[in-house]
Amino acid sequence: MSDDIRTLTSRLAEEPASLAFLELGEALRRRGQLDSAYKVARGGVGRYPNLAEAHDLMARIFGDQGDLASAFDAWVEALRLDPMRTSALKGIAFLYYRAGNVTEARGHLQRALEIDPDDPSIPQALARMQTSPRVPESAPPHVGSQPLTAVPSQSSPAASGSSEDRGQLLVDGNGLRLSGSLVGPNNGDVGDRVAAELAGVSREAARTAKLLGLGAWQAIAVESPDGNLYLVPPTENTVLLTMRDTSLPMARLGLIAERGAREARAWLGGEA
Amino acid sequence: MSAANTALERVTQVPGVRGSLLISVTDGLVVAERLMDGIDGRAIAALAGSLVQRLGRAAAGAGLKIPTFVHLRGNTGSVLAAPVSQDMVLVALAGLDANLGLARLEMLDAVGHLS
Repeated sequence: MSDDIRTLTSRLAEEPASLAFLELGEALRRRGQLDSAYKVARGGVGRYPNLAEAHDLMARIFGDQGDLASAFDAWVEALRLDPMRTSALKGIAFLYYRAGNVTEARGHLQRALEIDPDDPSIPQALARMQTSPRVPESAPPHVGSQPLTAVPSQSSPAASGSSEDRGQLLVDGNGLRLSGSLVGPNNGDVGDRVAAELAGVSREAARTAKLLGLGAWQAIAVESPDGNLYLVPPTENTVLLTMRDTSLPMARLGLIAERGAREARAWLGGEA
Repeated sequence: MSAANTALERVTQVPGVRGSLLISVTDGLVVAERLMDGIDGRAIAALAGSLVQRLGRAAAGAGLKIPTFVHLRGNTGSVLAAPVSQDMVLVALAGLDANLGLARLEMLDAVGHLS
């Protein structure tokens, strides 16, 4: 345990009602001790539910854990408590950008810029959005390093749009979730259940395509009356599933999935 | 000509479609088929049936209703599948040059007549 964490832990133990949890949670997060950071931050949020900084910290930790849906919700809550909180605006902007919603991303960054015109990272992010159609390789340090986006349908302004984002899920060959989440009918996360059903689907799709003379499998599109799924194989043993509502044309869903696959490949280290 | 054969005929007439068949997913059997020479209907029935079932379970896990259409894309062609009932699925095999949009419409229309 490093000195600063030891000191902060002692301070929090001596004064449990202090705001030392903010520093301690952040220090743990930066060291990658995400479970510990989460416990500290959750305790802080429990004690100070109206403190925007506490929700902001939770959002950063969720982001690092790859739970971007929860990160989104936490930043929305931080913003509700403190509408001038630029870190929350930047975090939400980044999540929108990852989801391919550049309009919303720009809107949140513009608001952040109006509040803090001296923050150089905001015009930089806006400029990057202007020039790059892809998500920047270097994500904001507080947003997390995982590749997937899942903006919850209930609390997201995106839900009122024409293509409700219901999440993206990266699954390994054994049906285990590697990253991402999927929003189910009750707005709960159904990622683990779907991941389990997808165990071996990549191998089965590969076998089917090969034996039927279709070459290597590239994608599976699944249409349902209440939502569409799109599966792509970022690597030989993984499947990336993207779910949207039926208002989004399937071909466009395919483009979103392909972009997610590129990010997943980079994340998995499979890309040169 | 039976309704099944009429449906298969229409789907197979779509440019680039190499054949179509009606399969039973529970036992992987071919109910009716209209395939170009050299294409093994039994293999399609077994493989496509299994995959459609698995994807149906994944969709159910995500809280979605039974899929109405499935498209497996390979780098030299596609398999299209449209469930007719809980057990029956209409399947088509298409090449890279196929008009997939038209094939999809024909298949969904055929499902409407068969179910």
